[in-house]
Amino acid sequence: MSNETLLLILAAAIATFATRIGGYVLITRLKTIPPRMEQALNAVPAAVLTTLVAPSFFNGGWEVKIAMVVALAAGIRYPGLLMLGAGWAVAMICRHLLGF
Amino acid sequence: MNRDDVRSGIRGGLVIAISSAPFAILFGAVATDNGLSVGEATLMSASVYAGASQLVGIELFGHHVAPWLVILSVLAVNFRHVLYSAALARYIAHFSPLQKFFTFFLLTDPQFAESVKREESGQGVSFTWYMAFGSAIYVPWVISSAVGAFFGQMLGDPKVLAIDVLLPIYFLGLVIGFRHKPGFYPTVLASALASVLAYHFIGSPWHVSIGAAAGVVVAAFLPLPSLAQPVTAASDTEN
Repeated sequence: MSNETLLLILAAAIATFATRIGGYVLITRLKTIPPRMEQALNAVPAAVLTTLVAPSFFNGGWEVKIAMVVALAAGIRYPGLLMLGAGWAVAMICRHLLGF
Repeated sequence: MNRDDVRSGIRGGLVIAISSAPFAILFGAVATDNGLSVGEATLMSASVYAGASQLVGIELFGHHVAPWLVILSVLAVNFRHVLYSAALARYIAHFSPLQKFFTFFLLTDPQFAESVKREESGQGVSFTWYMAFGSAIYVPWVISSAVGAFFGQMLGDPKVLAIDVLLPIYFLGLVIGFRHKPGFYPTVLASALASVLAYHFIGSPWHVSIGAAAGVVVAAFLPLPSLAQPVTAASDTEN
């Protein structure tokens, strides 16, 4: 195990932990949470997770787009694993049977 | 120790562990492909424990990018965790400092999403449930990374097994879980637009921070639900 690699891994671990505790440290310094900040904080998960989804959709091939649309339709009615299975199956069919 | 908390935590965590195992294996395989040893890849999963930033870090590591840029990219990908931990503060005020240390170490996307769901359903976030849920994801994650690193060369192209579509679909599922929250559609639209534009004009991984910031800013400036009601009461009417 090289020292440089080891240092880089530990630095990445410390950077990650800093982000994970940073918001807590900030918020506990403020005595009360203003309503607008509360509203902003409530929007955080949807806002962030969208950024992990949207570029995958637009940059993916047609089989990825179709799989994600089918998964979206499935996910509105059925639990997460079924949604994952439906999207995966569509991508497999598109790639191996339809030759996308 | 509440047995129900342990049981529901482990059950919920294992569902996440199963759906994230392909990514842990993928990470291990990519890591060895980029010059890390099996031990180094496993150490990275055990100490960083953040899928997206591990993969971004490895990708840049393989291209021999300057170390400070690797760390900066890890921070950018993980910036959302600052917002998670700020939002989580309200739920875990009753934890001890040592408990908080473990809480923040294990704070991943699904961990945050499930904690919010649990708090909003009225069950509350206990340390027992949180650790059961987190460990049921953490342990398989580290083991799967080691397995992936070990069999790295045999996995081949992830596209053949359509492993690459699983992560975006998983995140899509988390997004639509929030669709009944006030301000969901403007927030998601702003994030989607900003992240796609940032992806094209600035590049990965900045689209994550920029897209998220756009969505959060839009949410902050949306009209407040009701000025007459206290904020806590307003947020209770969501379901």
